[in-house]
Amino acid sequence: MSDPSSLPIQEPLADSVPSRKRLFREVRERFIEVILLLAAFSAVATTVAVMLVLITESAHFFEQVPILTFLTGTKWTPLFEDPEYGILPLVSGTLVTTAVALSVAVPFGTIAALYLSEFCPPWLREITKPCLELLSGIPTVVYGYFALLAVTPMLQYLYAFVGEPLHRWSPGIFPEELGGFNMLSAGLVMGIMILPFVSSVSEDAMRAVPVGLREGSYAMGATRFQTAWSVVFPAAFSGISAAYILGISRAVGETMIVAVAAGLQPNLTWNPTDSAATITAYIVQVSLGDIPHGTLEYQTIFAAGLMLVMMTLVFNIAGHFLSKRYREVY
Amino acid sequence: MMGVKNLKSNRLALLGAIAAVSGTVIGLAVPAVQSQSPATVKIDGSSTVFPVTEAVAEEFQKAKGGAVKVTVGISGTGGGFKKFCTGETDISNASRPILRKEIDVCAANGIKYIEIPVAYDALTVVVNTKNNWADKLTVAELKKMWEPGAEGKITNWSQIRSGFPDAPLKLFGPGPDSGTFDYFTEAIVGKSKSSRKDFTPSEDDNVLVQGVGRDKNALGYFGLAYYENNKKRLKGVAIDSGKGPVYPARKNVDNGTYYPLSRPLFIYVKASSISKPEVKAFVEYYLTSAGKLVPQVGYVGFKPNEYEMAMDRFKDAKTGSIFGGKEQIGLTAKDLLTRQLVD
Amino acid sequence: MDTIQTSIFRRRIISNLFAGFGFLIILFSLATLLMLVAYLLYQGYPRLINAESGFSFNWKFFTSFPSRFPEEAGIYAAWVGSALIMLVTSAFAIPMGVAAGIYLEEYARKNWLADLIEINVTNLAGVPSIIYGLLALGLFARQFHLGQSIITAGLTLGLLILPVVIVTTRESLRAVPDSLREAAYALGASRWQMIWDHILPYSIGGILTGVIIGLSRAIGETAPLITIGALTFIAFLPPTPLKVDPTFPFFQVSFEWLMAPFTVMPIQMFNWVSRPQPEFQINAAAAGAVLVFMTLSMNTIAILLRYFLRRGIKW
Repeated sequence: MSDPSSLPIQEPLADSVPSRKRLFREVRERFIEVILLLAAFSAVATTVAVMLVLITESAHFFEQVPILTFLTGTKWTPLFEDPEYGILPLVSGTLVTTAVALSVAVPFGTIAALYLSEFCPPWLREITKPCLELLSGIPTVVYGYFALLAVTPMLQYLYAFVGEPLHRWSPGIFPEELGGFNMLSAGLVMGIMILPFVSSVSEDAMRAVPVGLREGSYAMGATRFQTAWSVVFPAAFSGISAAYILGISRAVGETMIVAVAAGLQPNLTWNPTDSAATITAYIVQVSLGDIPHGTLEYQTIFAAGLMLVMMTLVFNIAGHFLSKRYREVY
Repeated sequence: MMGVKNLKSNRLALLGAIAAVSGTVIGLAVPAVQSQSPATVKIDGSSTVFPVTEAVAEEFQKAKGGAVKVTVGISGTGGGFKKFCTGETDISNASRPILRKEIDVCAANGIKYIEIPVAYDALTVVVNTKNNWADKLTVAELKKMWEPGAEGKITNWSQIRSGFPDAPLKLFGPGPDSGTFDYFTEAIVGKSKSSRKDFTPSEDDNVLVQGVGRDKNALGYFGLAYYENNKKRLKGVAIDSGKGPVYPARKNVDNGTYYPLSRPLFIYVKASSISKPEVKAFVEYYLTSAGKLVPQVGYVGFKPNEYEMAMDRFKDAKTGSIFGGKEQIGLTAKDLLTRQLVD
Repeated sequence: MDTIQTSIFRRRIISNLFAGFGFLIILFSLATLLMLVAYLLYQGYPRLINAESGFSFNWKFFTSFPSRFPEEAGIYAAWVGSALIMLVTSAFAIPMGVAAGIYLEEYARKNWLADLIEINVTNLAGVPSIIYGLLALGLFARQFHLGQSIITAGLTLGLLILPVVIVTTRESLRAVPDSLREAAYALGASRWQMIWDHILPYSIGGILTGVIIGLSRAIGETAPLITIGALTFIAFLPPTPLKVDPTFPFFQVSFEWLMAPFTVMPIQMFNWVSRPQPEFQINAAAAGAVLVFMTLSMNTIAILLRYFLRRGIKW
């Protein structure tokens, strides 16, 4: 639409403008376009720089450790005397905390978004939405200690009621009592943190659904809930899935909460009641530690970082196709 | 249309200001790289040594009335030496001696350094206050708990000593990225970094305090200061290295009986920085005030004559390390200050 | 007749239940927010309020440098550092992001280049913040020799919020009706004149909102600054940008502050949290409360800006 050549307009008549002035105008336009293009290209440059830094810094690491061992090893103990470099425990920790966070943020975030966009009076929405956005403005260190000092004891207290029968029923899945560091509490708090993020972006997508669709639905006698659930939600799903993807990225990349509350022991486990380390927590731990730089131990953080970027890349590409698949054109 | 006009002037002013700021920021960043404030002492390194150096820096700056600027960073001992050996900092805080790899980098860049021990940190083994059995432990028992072979096998207190209750053993300790971990494994197991892996690590000692404070069957270790400040929740375990149990306490560290878990902390001073008067004044201030300031931040200071010996080493600009790139345990301040320095 | 009525009744009930549930979720989230803020205030009030001099506001906390004594330690260096870094961040991210947004929305043709940029922007929005920290460590601090300075931190956080700025810029440009563009072209405006004189003034509200929301995220970031090693003990302020000079033009603009070492609020808080002395936890909570207040006021400004800038615009 914005391309002028597609519009039925003609350039001003040539002889009404002196040609030197026209030339100047033309040059200026080109110049501005190039500048803007360069700015837009900064995104590509950043990606290239990220990959370049991670790859060059971890190149030495991958000379020593075969990529296959790195990707399929089940033990991550690079800082001990007998090091093993299997990234899988960190990946599992990252995925489990992310899954717990999403199981809070996705359903509740979606419902909150539906409420805000379809049910809520506008004045309330104008107040609530920015307030909710504040939740992501609280420093994540605070959330980490909130998880460790408030949520974990609460979960332990609650678990005490159900833990014993569950443990007898399936000791492999349910421990006798909940440990002081677990992915469940870190994940739940992370879920609360990204909830407003998910709801805010999905609400934007829902509000972009044309009013005509809603009016059609109401005209057919549908209730607000039916309209919201069967008309608005599917129509906005492309945008909503983008919100989910952003939520996943935030959860995968969250650092301080898991570093404080999930324990830092790399554990290959899919059980959220266990403690485990995530990739981000490992990176921040080693960045603050006493390991000599330039050694193989130190370069593990770049290899781990590379893995993290690859994971978010996969999620993003999956999300891209997902949102394309469900895009509705109206 | 009035609205648009207003908006336009707003917008122009705003964008103009933004453009001006950004242009100058980016344009002048490069020349600014060269200009460094003259009287600055740059320090970076270990988070363990940080409180000591911070206290000295605070007092020093007060004494100098703001004429000298001191910055103290936390990048870990490794991160600190990385900057130190490329000449970015004047002083490096270190919770372990400089290692071979770092010595090589320093040598390659022509950086000579003076190794100055400044305080002891007593690693304290703690248990929950409800733990009424493990009052004292021998080094051998600790080794049984922590050695690599214990992984997955030693999981119950009753395995440590007959008479201990049948209760699961839950271990907490600093992360394997820390100098504390290196020292503890060296002192207890006999080899640095040689440890079981199924314990809960944390880089933040307060998190460890939480862990041990909540779990009746837990055992953990960290610096003395964290124990002293949490005596209501934790119980310090006496360590028996063959000469009877010794409790983690200042006087026992002082008189050298708290063996082998009292570890020295260091600062490394760049030899070429001594020519800068502010660095020289700072280090001298450090060594004269350390006796008073070190206990205030939770560590154990040396005896006055030992700080004097350290001062002599600094004044004579004796470079090198007594360790030769390898961690050693159980050295007293006297050992640290009298042994042969190797470049 | 009866069945239709029960059906309507049932559907109404479901609808209302759902609305109630949605409301509860929002209430719960807001309660969590309130609880966190209340907790920080409750824990931190001894540093924020001066109990001795009749419960007045304790300015000393804002004008003191860090110290080994918890009661004396303040956040002077931290909030000044945070503010300066936000300045660099916005000076970098706003022009870059707005320009990139304009290009993608108003200039880019549907070709592989636009697709490439577009995919990159979406991807960057998902890159974890700690990766930006690794990038900054490798690129700004080491390669460009900028060290641990305000400019390194500002550029790092600038890159972090760049995707947010680009995306919101595009959204606000898209919200401007095409009729406005057509009208501008019809009067002989060039593309840039059209954008600069007509489209931007209308979308500046939305852009600023996005920028401020991005900045309020950046101000609370800890992880990327930890990896570059933000300093934590600084008992002085960076050199002032404006120096008084006796000769004409009576002041001197200096950019030394860009290379100055810094600390920021979240790092200062993180440092206090990990201290052994329990009194430092009070400082940490107080710093947290101040930080939340900073994000809160930034968000409020964003809301007000959006409100006032959109007031006169109706299409």
